[in-house]
Amino acid sequence: MEGAVLRLEGIRAGYGDFQALFDVGLTVSPGEAVGVVGPNGAGKTTLLRVISGMLRPKAGMARFGETDIAATPAHVLPAVGIAHVPENRRLFPHLTVEENLKVGAYIPAARKRFAERCAYVYDMFPRLRERRHQLAGTMSGGEQQMCAIGRALMCSPRILLLDEPSAGLAPLVVAQVFELVQRIRGEGLTVLIVEQNVAQVLRVVDRAYVLDAGHVVAEGSSAALAADPAIRSAFLGGH
Amino acid sequence: MIRVAVVVFAILAVLPLLGLPDYFMHLGIATMLIALSCTGWALMGRFGLVSFGHGAFIGIAAYTMALLWNDVGLSPWIGLPAGVSLAVAAAALLAYPCFRLRVVGHYFALVTLAAGEIVRILIVALRDYTGGSLGMTPRLAPDHAVAAMQFGKQGFWWIALIAWGIGIFAWWRIDRSMSARALSAIGEDEDAAAAIGIRVTREKMAITLLSAGLAALGGALGAQYRLYLNPETLAGIGVSLQIVFGALAGGMYSMLGPTVGAAFTTALEEVLRVAFGTAFIGAAPLIYGILLVLFIQFLPRGIVGWFDRRR
Amino acid sequence: MDPFLLEAIVNGILLGGVFALPVLGLNLVFGVVDVVWLCYAELVMVGMYCVWFLYTQAGFPLALAFLVCLPVVGLLGLLLHQVVVRPLLNSPPITQVLATGGVIFVLQGSAMLAFGTDFRSLGVEMPPIEVEDIFISGTKLVAFVAALLGAGALWTFLKFTYVGTAIRAIARDREVMPLMGVDPKRIYMVASAIGGGLAGLAACLLVVQLDVHPYIGLSFGPITFMICVMGGLGNMLGGFLAAFLMGVIVSTGGFWWNTEMSYVVAFACFIVVMFARPRGLFAR
Repeated sequence: MEGAVLRLEGIRAGYGDFQALFDVGLTVSPGEAVGVVGPNGAGKTTLLRVISGMLRPKAGMARFGETDIAATPAHVLPAVGIAHVPENRRLFPHLTVEENLKVGAYIPAARKRFAERCAYVYDMFPRLRERRHQLAGTMSGGEQQMCAIGRALMCSPRILLLDEPSAGLAPLVVAQVFELVQRIRGEGLTVLIVEQNVAQVLRVVDRAYVLDAGHVVAEGSSAALAADPAIRSAFLGGH
Repeated sequence: MIRVAVVVFAILAVLPLLGLPDYFMHLGIATMLIALSCTGWALMGRFGLVSFGHGAFIGIAAYTMALLWNDVGLSPWIGLPAGVSLAVAAAALLAYPCFRLRVVGHYFALVTLAAGEIVRILIVALRDYTGGSLGMTPRLAPDHAVAAMQFGKQGFWWIALIAWGIGIFAWWRIDRSMSARALSAIGEDEDAAAAIGIRVTREKMAITLLSAGLAALGGALGAQYRLYLNPETLAGIGVSLQIVFGALAGGMYSMLGPTVGAAFTTALEEVLRVAFGTAFIGAAPLIYGILLVLFIQFLPRGIVGWFDRRR
Repeated sequence: MDPFLLEAIVNGILLGGVFALPVLGLNLVFGVVDVVWLCYAELVMVGMYCVWFLYTQAGFPLALAFLVCLPVVGLLGLLLHQVVVRPLLNSPPITQVLATGGVIFVLQGSAMLAFGTDFRSLGVEMPPIEVEDIFISGTKLVAFVAALLGAGALWTFLKFTYVGTAIRAIARDREVMPLMGVDPKRIYMVASAIGGGLAGLAACLLVVQLDVHPYIGLSFGPITFMICVMGGLGNMLGGFLAAFLMGVIVSTGGFWWNTEMSYVVAFACFIVVMFARPRGLFAR
């Protein structure tokens, strides 16, 4: 696809002798919301780790805009515009909400705009403004997810990577989280979201990739995937 | 490895008969006794039980032995086992709560370090009995040399050799027992070990008491051999670190590693002492320290571990 | 209350202030890098020599000697991290601790080579201050105030700056830090330099109270480790409070027995505390 902001080709990656990804290719265009779905252990988290530089691919090409991800240290990528909300949120539970946001604004460009970004995040998540001086670890799961997303937004990213934002949350909260994702989309941000919750995620993304045992087994628009009988029986329980 | 150890033991046993120079004999005895302490330390160290307090056990054993001889007139032949027993009792007193309450890792290392310091300061504080930091000398008894355990170099060589042999034998037996496997499992993951029915505290206690006892035996015999006791060289951080470094330099995962390490550190100290004499005070510890750091960085499994890997 | 006991308690609190700085430094480095600097007291020793040399030999004004001492020891902390700890970051913790233990000999040896084994005194004494019935040493009081100011400066840095916040964050979760654009290696370096700088500040406060010699680290090194563990390794506030507790124990112990016995009592207290609260007095 021309004009893709994120482009992966032939990515192989893994941990030690264990290979988790086999020749995975993926593109995301600016402003798009793309999902990566698949069963547990399919390599979804590994894929995000490759994109945010946490894991070096063994082979293949990964580019974000002009940046060669595989050749860039992970801590440089937020300045390039990649923000990753990791699995299980990984907030700093002993820091306050605002301090978590402050860590998110660590890079020099973000420090200059701290007040502005903070206001932006608080406007998006008013609940966080109420709890700005509360320790992050004492909040509910949904609030923590807001905080984790807010922390990632502090560095004014061009793309937001979300890893299982609904994991471990009550169904009602899951619905709220996906609402959040849609709001972020509404801000014009590019989103790449990894989920096991296939039915919900297909409602918020434009396109999706289906990952299984480290291979891309299907891709297409969310409408097409939702209509695909194989996908339906595998992930959507047929309804 | 045990075959190598037996051969080394046999060679060492006949060496004194060759009429070697006193200086060599002295270094040999000192090395064997430090090797015993290092072997004792590594017995538990290799299972992840890192103690910085083995100086405490040495100090207790050595001073008990010497005080019993000087003040009560009890022969070191009784005083030594008494001292070692007291050291083992102290180890039990310290280790049991540690293991029951899961004081592990850095915390265990620093608790044992505190224990070593307590003993060192106690020895200094009880200067009316121990001579404090000036040290003390066991009363000489030329007429009853055997009863007083005051032998020449040749006699002490064999005593040191037997003591060292006991340490190596203990290592060998443990390696062949279920305890070694249990302790390896504990070192890997205590909870998992407990889940498969290993009695964690009991295994750790056993190896700790043995380790403390052997280290104490080596240290107390060293004091008896030199006929001089000093809190700085028998208790506290200095000694504890010296033992740990010996074990680490030689390789704490191998039966003869700590012995090789003790020989290496003793030789190094000696070379530095001879090389600098009193000319550049400080050069010796400086070089010693630099070499230790380099050893840890480049030979983390010690000299013996390095050879094993190359084979 | 017995004025002498009161005096001992006051002195203990003053002493705690001086203990607090190395404890904060050690905790900072441990919290961030996960390594116990066994040679921390020897860094303080080098700082004491630094002040002594600049003041008595090079003719610097005392304040300037202090000012130079901080960055010098800070740099030494950085050097310690880069040269000794960094190559071992992926090794078992014990090898890292032992390597810093080897540095004890390096620093002691260097000090001996440079300055010999004599006790060196700064020869600065301030008049004691009399409050009610008790006498308070002027030097100790000034040192105490300076220690509190140092601790306050550290707290401000950790609380209000981006790097300080990142330091507090990394102590909990180092893997996630690059996702925020934080280079953990940089943070390690900053923490090591600050840890060294705190040793330098402690050196300034100690050198006016004690004569410096190559082995002086052994006289207060062990107790700083005990305090750190008592407060909970990496727990800055816990360590800070434990420093005062230990200071009072040592000081009042000295009032009832003698100085050495007071240390024995302090260490015994420490071991008992460890058994009661294995993760430190103030573990949550």
